[in-house]
Order: sequence, then structure tokens, then C-alpha cells
Amino acid sequence: MSLEKITKNLMLKGGTLIDPHNEKTYNADVLIKDGKIHEIGRFEKSESCEIIDCMGKVITHGFCDLHVHFREPGREDKETLKTGSLAAMAGGFTRVCVMPNTNPPLDTPESIHFIKKKAEDAPIYIHPIGAVSKGQDGKDITEMGLMHKEGAVAFSDDGLPIQDGGIMRIALEYSKLIGVPVINHAEDECLRDGGHMHEGTVSTHLGLAGNPDLAESTMVHRDLELAKYVDARIHVPHVSSAKAVDLIRDMKKHKDDVTAEVTPHHLFFNDEDLRSYDTNLKVGPPIRTENDRIALIAALKDGTIDCIATDHAPHTIENKETTFDLATFGMIGLESCFGVVNKIMCKESEMDLIKLISLLTCSPRKIMGFEPDLFVKGTSAEITIIDTEEDWIFSKEHIKSRSINSPYIGKKMFGKVLYTISRSHIFKNIIN
Amino acid sequence: MLKNKHLLGLEGYPREDIQTIIETAFNFREVLDRPIKKVPSLQGVTIVNLFFENSTRTKISFELAQKRLSADTVNFSASSSSLKKGESFKDTAQNIEAMKIDAVVMRHPTPGAPKHLTKFIDSVIINAGDGTHEHPTQAILDMMSLHEKFGKLKGLKVGIIGDIKHSRVALSNIYGLKIMGAKVTLCGPPNLMPKNIEELGVNYSKDVDQVIEWADALNVLRIQRERMGRGLVPSIREYRSFFGITSERLKKHMKEIVIMHPGPMNRGVEIDGEVADGDKAIILDQVLNGVASRMAILYLLCGGKKVEGE
Amino acid sequence: MNEESVSRTINRLCHEIIENNSNCKNVVLIGIHNRGVPISQRIQNKIKELIGIDLQRGSLDITFHRDDYRERLVVPELMGTDINFSLDGKIVVLVDDVLYSGRTVRAALDELNSFGRASKVQLAVLVDRGHRELPIKPDYVGKNIPTHEGEHVDVTLRETDENDSVFLIRNRD
Repeated sequence: MSLEKITKNLMLKGGTLIDPHNEKTYNADVLIKDGKIHEIGRFEKSESCEIIDCMGKVITHGFCDLHVHFREPGREDKETLKTGSLAAMAGGFTRVCVMPNTNPPLDTPESIHFIKKKAEDAPIYIHPIGAVSKGQDGKDITEMGLMHKEGAVAFSDDGLPIQDGGIMRIALEYSKLIGVPVINHAEDECLRDGGHMHEGTVSTHLGLAGNPDLAESTMVHRDLELAKYVDARIHVPHVSSAKAVDLIRDMKKHKDDVTAEVTPHHLFFNDEDLRSYDTNLKVGPPIRTENDRIALIAALKDGTIDCIATDHAPHTIENKETTFDLATFGMIGLESCFGVVNKIMCKESEMDLIKLISLLTCSPRKIMGFEPDLFVKGTSAEITIIDTEEDWIFSKEHIKSRSINSPYIGKKMFGKVLYTISRSHIFKNIIN
Repeated sequence: MLKNKHLLGLEGYPREDIQTIIETAFNFREVLDRPIKKVPSLQGVTIVNLFFENSTRTKISFELAQKRLSADTVNFSASSSSLKKGESFKDTAQNIEAMKIDAVVMRHPTPGAPKHLTKFIDSVIINAGDGTHEHPTQAILDMMSLHEKFGKLKGLKVGIIGDIKHSRVALSNIYGLKIMGAKVTLCGPPNLMPKNIEELGVNYSKDVDQVIEWADALNVLRIQRERMGRGLVPSIREYRSFFGITSERLKKHMKEIVIMHPGPMNRGVEIDGEVADGDKAIILDQVLNGVASRMAILYLLCGGKKVEGE
Repeated sequence: MNEESVSRTINRLCHEIIENNSNCKNVVLIGIHNRGVPISQRIQNKIKELIGIDLQRGSLDITFHRDDYRERLVVPELMGTDINFSLDGKIVVLVDDVLYSGRTVRAALDELNSFGRASKVQLAVLVDRGHRELPIKPDYVGKNIPTHEGEHVDVTLRETDENDSVFLIRNRD
């Protein structure tokens, strides 16, 4: 596995192009010059090009993740923009949005500028999401206008919910000045009441404090109603419960600027899997019942949920190698994403591959206002090459993040990212 | 003769009466230019300035107006009052009226307080600002100033910039300008716009440059620093960047536009000192017109007994 | 009176003013709204014609200085006071169309005080119809028209109405 700067021209030969934006699938070669798409067609091999054999493989848009935590500034021991970029490319991602719950949080125009500057040389596109409240204290809103000018693409206090409804209202109303989404981590702290996993039969058996689905759905309800009342955009992150799905489905009938995302782990696992007390499955919001998992799959299929976002949350070994109650919430997810969602959605739930790909590419891009039509001549090449049929087992070697808190180690994956091309870099995912 | 006994607000106020007040005010403006600035019209009339809320400029403006009309003025401010000793609003009002006064000019922090006052006393009541509700005399002096500058109000395009939700100046101006046939566009942070404001017949724009392009005149409201606390406005520099009437912003547009401000100003926040002192601003004219229009209002409401059939 | 006689009368008033004021040094004309103003204007023009001096002229609206303000509110069709020079040391000739109770003149005198201290104030009227209620005496009178109660003197001028005329209307109800 390696990350290289592209020096020669690239020819992607013999593959099947899946263009999720224009909804087209066809066989063609792709010629990339100076990191840009030069031409799509049929070409003869050439000495001046590095040839990438894509026979039997799918060539598609680079994936875009709306929700990752790269821990910089403050916890560079867990992840940095540099290591996070590597993890992203290993998973086929060429573009990510980083959450602001860093230390210090990204709550000023100056801190947004810091990320933009640092990301200038990154192999992938990194977009900062600004905090909603100063210090993420849920009391005073941040200088959203100036932060947006510096490059913030959305606002969120993720990690923490905006507990005060009055502040959520002000945040939604004020965000209308700029027109980007407010993303609230919907978990009512009072109802969550210190729960470590989903409140249900399993938590009772395990004796762990439970976090009911109501903690999510009541707040999602509040947020959706507020967004409707003040006529503002809203994006619901990491939906975990069937109740929340129903609320979103319903609100979408009345309002067309509501969007939502789901993580791979909420599609893959259910609370039964936590019987092992595996702390890598301790996430917020928690992994819920099979019923909820099925509802989430259905929501992806019927468009209630618009895209997949990993909520890649790196933590140190010390954070995770402890008793369940003390372990921090979160798991990494960039490298395993495609293998997981392709298995669940395409192999097991009869979703078309092109539809799945759109949930990872043009759909999240549209939400954030990034260009979704990537197979255009002259565009900077953001391309992922996948073997969509490969069965493989996720292992430590596949992890490029600085942290290794993944519950997928040893699990069967379906479909593998082979190459990721982004910003004149190419990641080659080949293990000898 | 004005149709309403009191001046509580401009909502539903007759257009002809606003016209009359403005015309009369221009005449009183001339009186203010004389060497001896006095007329005897309200001699023998006693007016109480009942101010439950701090105010320097409005109070002085009213006092001057009263004195120029030769009326007798009595000042009552909340801090020095029996209110502290627990006397009720009703008793305060009735005690004052028992001393045979003709009119009350009241400023109170609660919306509707002047209306409430009409239940207890018989005198003429003029609202000098009731909380976040109305400030009719301010709107009248604003309209008089616009009329002075443009010769008319009908069809005039006025932008009001700032915290509309908490501004009595804004609401009275909206009512008054709409009655006189002007067009109004509001501009400011979306969370500082009241709900359903379109129903008042005004537009909203979040883009102050767009409003500057469109408007003949701007009324720039003070952004209250107290609002910064509850996070309603993230910071001064953010507000200034998006809504501040700065010299750079005006220079960019290079057009004739009149700048107004009800005062007091936060120089460098909602308006630059250079703009406020510049030739587009009519802020000091507003102050003088304030005395003249208050003279007109007092004259028209307090002058003469109401005789039936007159 | 008709057009011709109004004109002759005003001419005569001008001669009297000139005669009385040693060539009108320091004389200013103040017309009282409404009809006093055009009359004062004609006087100004005629005096200029006669002796070549352009007297300063102003107009006075006495609405705010009326003494009946407690009984009836006059909602103004305000014509506005316009005196843009100081009256200090000047000889002011007040001009009005009809002198009746004298209250208008009293109000005018009161208002004049706001513009400075005149050295002398004289009064010129087109018609004196008698029935003074205050000790006011005109210095220049166009015509004396004694009236009874119920009668009314109607003055029209070509500047404000259609033509010049003075009519005595008897028993007007």
C-alpha cells in the first residue's frame, strides 16, 4: 500500500465507468493528465502513461464523507490531517468534512483559516465544519458569517448536542444569513442520562446503563420542527433509530431542505453484537436493535436518508482498552466503509451499485454544495477504482489511521477499494 | 383636528393626520430658527413627562418642545419615584392627574403601558416609547426628515437595518411609512427579524449591499450590546462585516442615498463615524426635526378644548 | 371698492408711508397672512417705483400666537412665517387687509418680538371696519367702513382670488 504523487500521465484501462451523477454505466478508459481528467474514451496504451489495469473493475467518483473527526488541533496523538487523509484515501475518499470538536474547537474564523491553510497540501480535499456555539458551550453562537468566509461549509457542535432549544432556534435562524446547514448531534443529554449503549433487552442483560431511542427522536423532532418554523436548512447526522427515520420521512413531505446521513456501523451491527462488551462498538448515538437497523436500510433505499457518512472517530488504545463504562465513544470507519456498506446494501439488501455509489459521492456533495459532476474534461481527478465483487477480511494492515479502534478487524467485507486518485496523488491499495 | 385623542402608536393612524402633523412640524421648525424661539400656544397647559425608562435625548426633546410652546413641564423619572416604595402604576398615574394636568408623555419598558394608562386617567397621553412596541414620535420625526429631503413620502424606498425584532423605532416607522405610501425593506440578522413580518407589507433582505442599491434612504438602528450576551449577535466584527454601514461599503456603491439613525450611535459598529459625520447623513437634522415634530404633536393634541361641531 | 379704487388706495398708502418715514430709511414691510402679504408686496413694488428703494419684506403667520388658543384649535392651513432678517432697530410697517377687533395685530406684535426689537411699529390696513376690542390704532388706513354686528367686509385680491374688490355684506347669517 502506498501513497504517491502522480508524476506521469495516468491511463485507467479496461474498466467500467459508473457515473452516479449522470446515472450512466459504460465501459471506457480514462486519461488523466496533470492530475486532471483529460479524456474519457478508448485509448491505446502509451509509453508516456502509467497504465492502471482496470479490467473487471469499476471506475467511479471519489467518495465524499460529510462527517469525520481528524483531531487536529489538540489530539494529534489520535489523528492528524495528514494521517486522516491517508485513512480517507485507503477507503476511497477524496473529500471530507472535519468536525470542529477539536481542542481548541473550530469556533472562530481564525481556527477555520488554520485548517484551510494546513489542508492546502493535503492529498484530499478537507473542508472544515465550524462550531455552532463558542467553545461548544451551547450558549453563544459563533461568528458564522466570518467563518463561512474563511471556508466553513456547515456548522455543528458535534460530539455535543445543542441542548437549549432557544439556542438551536437562534442557530437555525442565523444560519439563514449564509445558507449552509446546521448539523445537530441529536441526543437529549437529560434523556440519555449517562447511557453507554442502547436501552433495551440487551442492556438489561449486560447491566449497562441504557440510552433510549427517545433521546434521539425527541431532539430530532424538536430540530425538524424548529427548522420548519424558521424556514431554515437542517442536516441530521448519524441517524440511529427507526423513530427518527419516521420523523425525517414525514418532515420531508413538507420541507425539501431537510437532509440526513447514516453511518456504516449502524447499518452493519445491532445491539446483540455488544454482548461481547467490545468497546469499539461503543458509539454515540449507540448501535440499536435489529428493528432499527432494518429501518435504516429501508430509509437509505427510499431516500429518507440521503447519504452515508462514517463519523470516523479515532481514539487511542488507552481510551478504548478499558472497562466499557469508561471507554470513549467512537470508532474509526474510513478504511472499512465501502466493504461494509457494499455488503449490507448491495449484497444483502438488493440495492443497485450505482445507487450505493451515489450515496457516497454525488449525494453528500450536493448537500454541501460541492461539484457533483466529476467526469468532466478538465476537472481535477477525484476517482476511486473498486473491485466490487471481492470478498476479503478486514485486518490491521488495512488501517491507515493513527488509531486502530475498529470493530471490523476479522470481519468479512464485500468489495474493495483498489486505487484512489485525488489532487494529483494516487493511493494504491495492494498488499503483497 | 386630529381624529385620535392620544398618540399611542402609528398602527392604523389616519394618513391625513400624519400629513397634518408633518406640515405643522415644518412650521414649528421655522420657529426654531428665530432669535426668540417661543410661541405662546400652550401657555397654561401642564404636561408631565412620565419616564419609567432611562432616556436622555427623547426626554430633552420633549421638554424643549414643551417649553418652546410656553407650556409648563413637570418631570417624573422612575428612579426618583414612589414606584420604588411600591406604589402601583395606577396610583402613580391617578395621583399625578389629581394635580390637574393636561397631558402625559410616557416612556415605559412594557409594551401596551400607554394603552393601559388610558384606563386610569383622562389626560391626553403621548407614547414616548413602550418597550419593544412603538415609538410614534420618532417615526414622525423620521418621516418629516425624509419629507424634507425628498419632498414626498409616497413611493420612497426606505431600508431599515438592524435588530428589528426588538426595535420600537422600526415598528412605528414601518406602520407610518406604509400608511404614507412608502416602500420598506428590512435588513439584518435573520434571527433578529420578527415572525410574519411580511404580513406588514414589507420585504426582507439579508444582503445589505442589495438594500443599499435599492433604497433612497437608510434608517440604521443601533445594535444593542446587551443583545450580544444571549448570543443573538455572535460578535461586533461579524455584525459590522455583514450589516455595518461602513465608509468602504458606501463608497463601493457610489450613489445618492440618505443615511438616518435614531441615536444613540455605536460608532464603528452599525455605522462608521465617517458616515455619520458625512454629507449623506441627516442625523442632526433628525434631532432638530424631533423638537419641531414634538411641538406639532403637542400643539395639535393639547391646543384648544374639543368643541363639538367646531 | 373695485379694482381701480383698490389700486388708487394702495398708492395713497405708499405716499403716506414715504412721507411719514423720511424717505423710508430703515423701513421694513411685514405682511400678515393671508391677504396682508400680497398687499405688502404691492406696497413694496410701488415704493420702489416711487423712490427707487427696495424695502425688505417679510410675511407673518400669527396662528401660533392667537389668544383664542384655549377655545378653538386652529388646525393650520399654515402659510408659515418668513422673516429672514433681524428687526433690531428697524421701523416695521405691519400690513393687513382688514382691521377689526385688533386681536390679529396684537398677535402679530407678540410674534414680532421673536425677531428682534423694532424701533417703531406702524400699522397699515386696507380697510378699518371698527369694533376694536383692544387699544390698537392704525397709522395708515385705506378706507373706513363702519359696520354693524352681523355685517361682514369681504376683501378679494387678484393674487389670491379672481380680482380686486371690497364688499360690505349686510346681515350675513
